[in-house]
Amino acid sequence: MADLLQFLMSGLTVGAVYALLALGFTIIFNASGVVNFAQGEFVMLGGMGTAFAIAAGLPVPLAALLAILGTAAVGVALNRLAIAPARGAPVVSLIIITIGAAIFLQGAAGLLFDKQIHRYPGFSGEAPLRLAGATLLPQSLWVMAGAALTFAALWLFFTRTLTGKAVLATANNPLAASLVGINTKAIMALSFGLSAAIGAVAGVLVTPITMTAYNTGVALALSGFAAAMLGGLGNPLGALAGGLLLGVLEALTAGYVSSQYKDAVSFILIILVLALMPQGLLGRKTTDRV
Amino acid sequence: MNTHKTLALAALLAALGAPAALAQIRIGATLAETGPAGALGDPEARTLRLLVEQINAAGGVLGEPLELVLYDDGGDPNNARTFATRLVEHDEVVAIIGGTTTGTSLAIRSVAEEEEIPFISLAGGIEIIDPVQPFTFKTPHTDRMACEKIFEDMQAQGIARIGMISGTDGFGASMRTQCLSVAEAYGITVAADESYAPGDADMVPQLTNIRNTEGLQAVLNPGFGAGPAIVTRNYRQLGIDLPLYQSHGVAGQAFIDLSGAENAEGVRLPGTALLIADQLAGDDAQREAVVAYRDAYVGRYNEPVSTFGGYAHDALAILVDALTRNGEADPDPVDLREAIEATSGLVGTTGIYSFSAEDHLGLDLSAFRLLEIRNGGWTPVQ
Repeated sequence: MADLLQFLMSGLTVGAVYALLALGFTIIFNASGVVNFAQGEFVMLGGMGTAFAIAAGLPVPLAALLAILGTAAVGVALNRLAIAPARGAPVVSLIIITIGAAIFLQGAAGLLFDKQIHRYPGFSGEAPLRLAGATLLPQSLWVMAGAALTFAALWLFFTRTLTGKAVLATANNPLAASLVGINTKAIMALSFGLSAAIGAVAGVLVTPITMTAYNTGVALALSGFAAAMLGGLGNPLGALAGGLLLGVLEALTAGYVSSQYKDAVSFILIILVLALMPQGLLGRKTTDRV
Repeated sequence: MNTHKTLALAALLAALGAPAALAQIRIGATLAETGPAGALGDPEARTLRLLVEQINAAGGVLGEPLELVLYDDGGDPNNARTFATRLVEHDEVVAIIGGTTTGTSLAIRSVAEEEEIPFISLAGGIEIIDPVQPFTFKTPHTDRMACEKIFEDMQAQGIARIGMISGTDGFGASMRTQCLSVAEAYGITVAADESYAPGDADMVPQLTNIRNTEGLQAVLNPGFGAGPAIVTRNYRQLGIDLPLYQSHGVAGQAFIDLSGAENAEGVRLPGTALLIADQLAGDDAQREAVVAYRDAYVGRYNEPVSTFGGYAHDALAILVDALTRNGEADPDPVDLREAIEATSGLVGTTGIYSFSAEDHLGLDLSAFRLLEIRNGGWTPVQ
């Protein structure tokens, strides 16, 4: 029983990391229909930026804030310099542009920062919390709280604010959105900035657990993308559910079956879900009116 | 007037072209400065650039300056092969250093053997020099030797039953296989055999299973990069109090920093003299070479030396030594190969090299030093 609890806690820790990564995908996807494969690089920039700012002597909150703002600026610049000029290109071309951007950001980070692995201490110390024979690192709670807060903020943004609704409208039909007076260009810039900021928040929170280096972005993007697909791309609740499910599943497989098959089992499950429910677990059914 | 101009231009061109045409000893290198093995290839490339500069400032080799032709293959064997061919055919180098990973080294080896150009690899895999190929040498220990060094220490402690948790990356997977194959010779049973993927954030489930395995006396973690640091943190988080052994893949200050000094306390691993430069006895044969390299590297780049940079240091030292003994600034590749094979007692940062026709690695177990982490630093285990 203590083992099960331990596996679940481990799974929730990893799952919260995946969920935070997956949440970043939802905004850009909602605004433009583009899966942004540079999302993992935003996470890396958030983590690396914070690590270097802390190493330079800044207090943790200020370092984190700087890294998040800096990464948001990179997101806006990515939209302005690479995505906006290709407006009107098919979505697939835009996705390929984001892959190119990811490679560029990785190379730039390797030159600008360095190629070593970095980490900074957890925000509430490093001593594990003990609970009914199982242990949990305090930073895991930060990550879970971060995922929950980000989700809540996103949900409020999309359902309760005019700007959030404008993002959804732009996603649904850019032409109609601009006809009713929505500045779709500004919405796109906002989406990239926000998405980059969420990626950076994820990076700030998970680095004490996962550590970071200039080349960790690709693997992070893949995990986050898998979680987002599992839950239903474009749905914040789906991202949260998909991430947590994927994390718990991996931990249970590693604990009870074999760590050799951990990744295989989770990816087989994703294939099954996508084959049976192509919209993901919580994705909206879309009907195209002809 | 025009003729004058033409003549002047021709003279200028001749003057510019002349130094390149003079005897300069060209050394080729293809390393993974970027890509997944960038953390290894980067210090290797920096080391080569620094040392070539130092050698040239001190008058070069045989009175001729060295010229380093270095390509970044990104750890991709296809690129490595292309660059190796370019180094031989276009750049006309006397020898090739490189191959940050075993994969790229094997790709370069096929070119070097075909074109008969001496090649010194910086990668760990035993298959690079076993079976021995005439033109291929390497500087790092093999992962099998790391396993043997660790098991030797376990045997001395009376440890006979261990658990293993290995990375599934090339390094971890290869070392796991080697350790499993030599364990029996040291009377060691591997009773738990877990693994993790390179990007994993948490190894608690695997370690919980190891903790629940009956009668384990120690745990070994063959791995590279962030994985072993996460394993070490999770190990303490779960409160496992068995001795923990790490591999030479994480032998560097970064491992202690990433794990946290209090978590890494008591961890043992096989490392090189480079890690304990200041603790080497005054009469230690490697002391001079190790301290000189460390001071030069830290002085230039302001980052700690790594074992990988040390591999590049040793490869260049072996090559320069062979060139000097061979005595020709434009050496015949076969003569140079024979000079490398005749290397004897060459003191490097990794160990003391003596090659022979049957041994193109030139190191034995004594080159590894078993180290224990104490108070955030390395201490040699007596």
